[in-house]
Amino acid sequence: MNNFQYSRARDVADAIRLLAADPAAKLIAGGTNLIDLMKENVERPSRLIDISRLPLRDIEETADGGLRIGALVPNSDLAYHPLVEQRYPLLASAILAGASAQLRNMASVGGNLMQRTRCPYFYDTATPCNKRSPGTGCSAIDGLNRNHAILGTSNSCIATNPSDMSVALAALGALVHIAGSSGQRTVALTDFHRLPDDKPHLDTNLGDGEIITAIELPPRGFARNYSYLKIRDRLSYAFALVSVAAALELEGNAISEARLALGGVAHKPWRSLEAEAALRGQAATPDHFGRAADLLLQGATAHSHNGFKIELARRAVVRTLMQAASATPQSQAHKKIA
Amino acid sequence: MNAYVGTPTSRVDGRAKVTGAAKYAGEFAADRLLHGFVVAATIPRGRIARLDTSEALRVEGVVDVLTHAHRPPLADKDEAWKDEVAPEKGSPFRPLYDDRINFNGQPIALVVAEDWETAKFAATRVRVEYDQEAFATDLESERGKAARVDQPHKPRGDAAAALTRAAVQHEADYVMPSEHHNPMELYATTAVWDGNGKLTVYDKTQGVQNVQKFLCSVFGRKRDDIRVVSPYVGGAFGSGLRPQYQVVLATLAAVALKRSVRVVLTRRQMYGLGYRPMTIEHVALGASPDGTLDAVTHEAIAVTSRFEDFSRNDTGWADQLYKSPNSRFSHKLVELDVSTPCDMRAPGAATGVCALECAMDELAVALKLDPIELRLKCYSERDQSEDLPYTSKQLRQCYARGAEAFGWDRRTPAPRSMHDGKDLVGWGMATGVWEALQMPVAVRIVLTANGHAEVSCAASDIGTGTYTIVAQVAADALGLPIENISVRLADSTLPQAPVEGGSWMAASSAHAVLGAAEDIRQELARLAKALPGSQLADLDATKVTLVDGMIASNDPNGAAVSIADVMRHSKLERIEKEKLNQFAEDKSHARNTHSAVFAEVKVDEQLGVIRVTRVVSAVAAGRILNTKTGRSQIMGGVVWGIGMALHEETMMDHRFGRIMNADIAEYHVPVNADIHDIDVIFVDEPDDRINRLGVKGLGEIGIVGVPAAIANAVYHATGKRVRRFPITLDKLLD
Ligand SMILES: Cc1cc2nc3c(=O)[nH]c(=O)nc-3n(C[C@H](O)[C@H](O)[C@H](O)COP(=O)(O)OP(=O)(O)OC[C@H]3O[C@@H](n4cnc5c(N)ncnc54)[C@H](O)[C@@H]3O)c2cc1C
Ligand code: SF4
Repeated sequence: MNNFQYSRARDVADAIRLLAADPAAKLIAGGTNLIDLMKENVERPSRLIDISRLPLRDIEETADGGLRIGALVPNSDLAYHPLVEQRYPLLASAILAGASAQLRNMASVGGNLMQRTRCPYFYDTATPCNKRSPGTGCSAIDGLNRNHAILGTSNSCIATNPSDMSVALAALGALVHIAGSSGQRTVALTDFHRLPDDKPHLDTNLGDGEIITAIELPPRGFARNYSYLKIRDRLSYAFALVSVAAALELEGNAISEARLALGGVAHKPWRSLEAEAALRGQAATPDHFGRAADLLLQGATAHSHNGFKIELARRAVVRTLMQAASATPQSQAHKKIA
Repeated sequence: MNAYVGTPTSRVDGRAKVTGAAKYAGEFAADRLLHGFVVAATIPRGRIARLDTSEALRVEGVVDVLTHAHRPPLADKDEAWKDEVAPEKGSPFRPLYDDRINFNGQPIALVVAEDWETAKFAATRVRVEYDQEAFATDLESERGKAARVDQPHKPRGDAAAALTRAAVQHEADYVMPSEHHNPMELYATTAVWDGNGKLTVYDKTQGVQNVQKFLCSVFGRKRDDIRVVSPYVGGAFGSGLRPQYQVVLATLAAVALKRSVRVVLTRRQMYGLGYRPMTIEHVALGASPDGTLDAVTHEAIAVTSRFEDFSRNDTGWADQLYKSPNSRFSHKLVELDVSTPCDMRAPGAATGVCALECAMDELAVALKLDPIELRLKCYSERDQSEDLPYTSKQLRQCYARGAEAFGWDRRTPAPRSMHDGKDLVGWGMATGVWEALQMPVAVRIVLTANGHAEVSCAASDIGTGTYTIVAQVAADALGLPIENISVRLADSTLPQAPVEGGSWMAASSAHAVLGAAEDIRQELARLAKALPGSQLADLDATKVTLVDGMIASNDPNGAAVSIADVMRHSKLERIEKEKLNQFAEDKSHARNTHSAVFAEVKVDEQLGVIRVTRVVSAVAAGRILNTKTGRSQIMGGVVWGIGMALHEETMMDHRFGRIMNADIAEYHVPVNADIHDIDVIFVDEPDDRINRLGVKGLGEIGIVGVPAAIANAVYHATGKRVRRFPITLDKLLD
């Protein structure tokens, strides 16, 4: 661990000012990801700007009937908030599928969006990694890549984004509110995270000196027909091999609206408008779900150890859509897949 | 009198543990304590070309940086580095000894600072350059270089010929990955500088006297110079049998700086210690159509380091379990550029019996026999390697009681024939076997006139419950309530004990307590008889019992007097007896514990997700001293067996020779959600031959057989035979 300076931001503007003053500074919220990476010497910020006491902890209804969630709302508070439980149970479920109760108590919404990949080479400073040290090479491409990406990869990096919450947010069409020295802006969650391309060191499109202030959920919550299914190597407390967020609106057995996002398969939550469009107007049947899965997985490529993910993702998509259609969402508390 | 032995007595150290009063090695305080942080090598093989500590030394608060080129002297003979349980062959690892790098993660420097954070920071400022050398770390690609080690099991008959003629044959490789112990407590040592060259070393270890002797020999000290203490151990599972390098480094720094030093390893650094070696197990079975075995061959190829030959008995277990006129066993080692493996719970058996029991299941399928029926057909009443009867072997009862509790008779034999909703259901079983060992242990008992007794011994309690059973046996033998017994363990100045391992400590310490208590009783009888006007004057000193604070004649109408009175009238405040218990050597019988393990899995057919919904483990291990800690011990073994079957695997990138999942987020052990019903049955197994109490020990048997039972259940559920462990879901997807 490196030595670092510590400042506590007084308000958002102060945080932005502190960030601008020191390009090697980092914001710290819950610290559950950043501190680990500092201990491993992966992150070496010159200064920690503590934003954990900023007043970004509210969950408020927006004028159009959506929800605005402050960037510092703890993951647990968000998952158990009555409005989220009632109107956006998909989000609650995805959050509860992640990490452990203790971590969710500490973790913030903003930190969750910004958490870094779990690629083991990224964590080990003794190995080459383009994301950690640009230009050194990607150890995973010909190495241990069982849990790496099958979609949107590049020759520079095949890492996945590990967040569960982001997968649900992508499916729900969430927006990210950002503040910086040149003012405020809003981006769609699906445009917030990047694909690695030739700049894998950049996980997101958040600019230098910018800070996430909130996320916003549109009114549509898919509270009846939804499911979040996370497939992993043990039944809790492991990152996804593949996860699926599915949300449907049904008229009878006909699909009027569909949302589908995959986690654990790409550098960002993976959504395909084409796959969702293909579901609209169709009956909620395994065949149609399978076709949507194929569209969603179009272009998937395997590396030496992760080929199984393609078929697993396909099956998981079908299962999750079935769970959503039958209004029997995956429970995150029971030790069983529905 | 057995008021305590055999009962579910709660842990006597439970309160101290849950309240935090129990102190672990890294928690002891000392004046002006310094903190050491290890710098570890990042290559698997080569030499240190340059090690520049100047920048680290400039960090404020850094006191020194020890390296091979800058340290106090260390012993230079291999013999000096051989501890009680070091492999016979080889040259034990010596931290900071010279510029050679023998494995990735090897310590190359110790930064010592006034506080931990400073040491940790300064460690990043130590610059190192290596002369790298070609290396190999992959057992599978180096398999051809395997060399055979001496193996205890003699071949019987002509296994090769019998195999070729056998009507039904099964032959396969089973691949068991390397596994790391991951005890909750990190490896730690606090070496307290007592002045005048004397040290008290608080160490995380399974054997304080082993560490004490080792340190004295490595540092050329006299016996009284170093005392090693380890009152509580937060799990070790075999990784603490040998002294680990942090104890050398903490002591080295204390000697160098004449100050107290604490060294705590990080989780990642603990992956540079020992581990369960990866093995490729080749098993071939030949049988007649009726299920009688004609031939068994078992060959294991295991990893070891280039500098020490670590090997355990993976292959001989079939001789304990199944009658076969022909058998051949061999154990081979492949030397790789890795650290030396070490014991991990049921070393050899956890892996070897897994392969054997999967193979037996495959043979049962080929023979169209129920797996229990096959095992009963081959049941051996004698240990065939030495052709000896067992002191006791209630394995038949294990099969029967386990099967009944599990409901085995409702199993339909065909794979994929049992369902529960979307899940395929599989029922599998396997046999477990381990040794019932016992070792010389000495115990001191000090009985005071107020009716209290202190029982002390250098043995460790690694969380298994030694404090508790020692207290139970002492309370019964001395006729005192357990609250009046205090137990002191794991201090090298206490009476002799070997390392705690191999499942030998329960039997060994219990009988040592009995021996010392016997002396106390005789002394009391002598005193009682000698009292003026004693009611017990005519007493036969060998026929008395201590009970309820009294010394009483065994004759039901005989007299009894209060122990307190006897001591007071004899003007004695305390009676102290120390005795070394040796078990009479008896080579006429084999000594083993056994188990039958039954597992139910439910497998999501499309997604491959496996849940182990039920495990029944029926254990025959002689008399169970404490049914509560005993049950916990078996449950822990079952949980670990679930991990072996489904989760655990140390993953190395052989291009770097580095372990890539060196943390407990990515090295998976089962979590609560993976564990469902576990039913532990102790089968009655009276054994008056093995030792006085009929005790065999429970430390290892709980894990043996569990991975195979689960693998066999997965086959029964899915029709897929996975022979490469762990059985992760990708191996079940088509
Ligand atoms: C053992 C373990 C298991 C886990 N398992 C899972 C899992 O299964 N699923 C899952 O989804 N997650 C999992 N996590 C990750 C966890 O969700 C994240 O660590 C957590 O969400 C990060 O939030 P934080 O507030 O602690 O972030 P911090 O660690 O404080 O910050 C993380 C990053 O976000 C930046 N940041 C924080 N807030 C802001 C902001 N407002 N604006 C801009 N940048 C900001 C920081 O600068 C830093 O770079 C696991 C973590 C651990 C340690
Ligand atoms: S996949 Fe990305 S994070 Fe992993 S080693 Fe390659 S570049 Fe680094």
